[in-house]
Amino acid sequence: MTSLPATPHRLGERRPWTAVVHEWATTVDHKRLGIMYVVTGMIFLVVAGLEGSAMRAQLTFAENKLISPEVFNQLFTMHGTTMVFLMGMPVLLGMANFLVPLQIGARDMAFPRLNAFGFWLFLLGSILLYFSYLGAPGLDGAAAAPDVGWFAYAPLTERPFSRGNSTDYWILGIMVGGFGSMTTAINLIATTLCMRCPGMTLMRMPLLTWMMLVVAILILTAIPVLTAAQVMLLFDRSLGAHFFDTQNGGDAVFWQHLFWFFGHPEVYILILPGFGFISEVIPVFSRKVIFGYPLMVAATVAIMFISLGVWAHHMFVVGLGPFLNSLFAATTFLVSIPTGIKVFNWLATLWGGHIRFTASMMFALGFLAMFVLGGLTGIMLAVVPFDWQLSDTYFVVGHFHYVLIGGLLNAIFAGLFFWFPKATGRLLSETLGKWSFWLLQIGFTLTFGPMHISGILGMPRRIAYYEPDRGWEIWNQISSFGVIFQILAVALFAWNVITSLRSGRRAGNDPWDAWTLEWATTSPPPEHNFDTIPVVGSRRPLWDSKHPEDPDSSYGA
Amino acid sequence: MSAIPASILTDPVARPSRGKVGMASLIMMESCFFATFVVAYLFYIGKSATGPQPRDVLDLGPVIVNSIALFASSYTAIRSFRALAAGAIRAFEGWLLLTILLGGYFIVGTGLEWYGLITQHGLTITTNLFGTTFYSLVGFHAFHVIVGLVCLTGILVLSLRGHVKPRDAGRVELVGWYWHFVDAVWVVVFTVVYLVGRDGGTLTP
Repeated sequence: MTSLPATPHRLGERRPWTAVVHEWATTVDHKRLGIMYVVTGMIFLVVAGLEGSAMRAQLTFAENKLISPEVFNQLFTMHGTTMVFLMGMPVLLGMANFLVPLQIGARDMAFPRLNAFGFWLFLLGSILLYFSYLGAPGLDGAAAAPDVGWFAYAPLTERPFSRGNSTDYWILGIMVGGFGSMTTAINLIATTLCMRCPGMTLMRMPLLTWMMLVVAILILTAIPVLTAAQVMLLFDRSLGAHFFDTQNGGDAVFWQHLFWFFGHPEVYILILPGFGFISEVIPVFSRKVIFGYPLMVAATVAIMFISLGVWAHHMFVVGLGPFLNSLFAATTFLVSIPTGIKVFNWLATLWGGHIRFTASMMFALGFLAMFVLGGLTGIMLAVVPFDWQLSDTYFVVGHFHYVLIGGLLNAIFAGLFFWFPKATGRLLSETLGKWSFWLLQIGFTLTFGPMHISGILGMPRRIAYYEPDRGWEIWNQISSFGVIFQILAVALFAWNVITSLRSGRRAGNDPWDAWTLEWATTSPPPEHNFDTIPVVGSRRPLWDSKHPEDPDSSYGA
Repeated sequence: MSAIPASILTDPVARPSRGKVGMASLIMMESCFFATFVVAYLFYIGKSATGPQPRDVLDLGPVIVNSIALFASSYTAIRSFRALAAGAIRAFEGWLLLTILLGGYFIVGTGLEWYGLITQHGLTITTNLFGTTFYSLVGFHAFHVIVGLVCLTGILVLSLRGHVKPRDAGRVELVGWYWHFVDAVWVVVFTVVYLVGRDGGTLTP
């Protein structure tokens, strides 16, 4: 933690910029690919955040004329699609890319070239999606960007109702990016199972690595179903097939089943890596081992299985009948059990610990609070009659933003503050970080909290206008007001990254006095990660080397 | 980490081959992809608003011959990989060529079946739900057979140029896994399309 004499920064050496670009464009190093994933994802966080802000600006006043309904439809479609596929997936897969080989003491991923291929596929997919703004208006009057919502319900997406090429760009962009995610998932599974260093048994793996393994399996189960459904839709639109064409016997609800069979596991694909970050950050800053490691692993695997059987809770208002509705309500309640186990294990890890309130730890605690709130509204929505009342209202919007922004984004920031020094060799500013934290929590609560109320008051999702006499205006104004704080928080974070890269404190190998293998090597790690392949004897190899008088390995952990 | 007694460091479990794990993961992913099309096929059986119905146009005879060729190619593939592992390069190449020919026969057979369906019965992907689901499911399977054939042909060409050695047997076998998987998918597709779907193809009002 002491400041070291300034030496040329490894990533910022003076070289011609073409050489730098060439080096990054041709790299197969898992750490560089991971950084490129995360940076791209954070850029898309800003893009999607601005799209969301534009929607909030429109909804600030009743009968506002700022944005036309057509553009509003494009905004909520691109906002949702971007946040899930272009921000969440790359940031989390990027963190997995960077961290998993380091945490298991490997020199790289199992298939480094395939890894680079996955990243470039993802980038191509995201460019395809945004190219729709230029390339999509195939016919006069057709939409310039996808405007069918992020879950693209049939038959709205069929050719007669969605003219031009915007929906085709939505299909292709996500499909190509999906191939990238699937290749990365194959890589993660092979890396975790085959590249572990000597002594790194499965039950000694860091929980983040465990959760990324489970996420990879979920990706390989869920995303092919979306790809297949998108192929069907593409066949409908381009070849005149009838999969979801209701006029020729096709079934629009079938799309919903396929989409949500992907869509619900996708929620866990997004949140499980967040759980992983929290499971690494909380023990280190509580100065305690994680409580109930085997149960955490078991709960993760249980979530994987249960999450594949809950999809129709997104479809309670479709009219599936009482049997299916009850069944999916029951499985939905079931998934809250392993999730609850995790929350209690984190609390038990905090209990009696010597807590250090670093910025990373504060984001982790923010995650705990916000995620539990989002989880509770989730349980409310699992009650079928309650869902009938509130489905497709702002209550649902509030619920999943608590889970994905309050939960996941907090977890991502916790992870970024925690591992930024490992990736760059510099610590982020704690002061700026804490400002970011409080601004984000305030802004976030102001924006998404009131959505529950406007939802209960009956405000539907995806409307660009509302009348002033509905009683929704004040809640919308509070929501929009909160956006200012969120923008400030993210801008402050960007400033923090830029200044810390230049003049942040030197991190050293192990700035947090942590215990997993990534902290055993230099910051940033050399291209080959470890000069000698480490050998581990417990779940906390660095504890063992720092405390030879009382190693974990003597307790058989 | 030097302080840890050496006795507890030895991890007796050898790590699995990354090639095998990678291929197994790919096969799991492909299974989910095919499962979706199989579900779509099953879901839409008997829901075509207009003809032709499966029962009227699907001819079992040629398909059974095709299937036998494809299943036989799994056997010849196994013989081929065993020959490679044993160092018998010529036998490896012979069995591999036979595998490719059998797979090629399957593709040609599927092509002829489609040609008949399109020209004689006027069944295309746009005709009805049967055409939509049939061509998608069978077509994606045929596409995977073609990918397998490209891989096997690539191996054969490399081997004829002297680049495949017995030590490569493990890698070559991974392509074999893929080939067997494509075969296994055909068991499901055949059952669903030609056994279950053919007689279930009645028009429901």
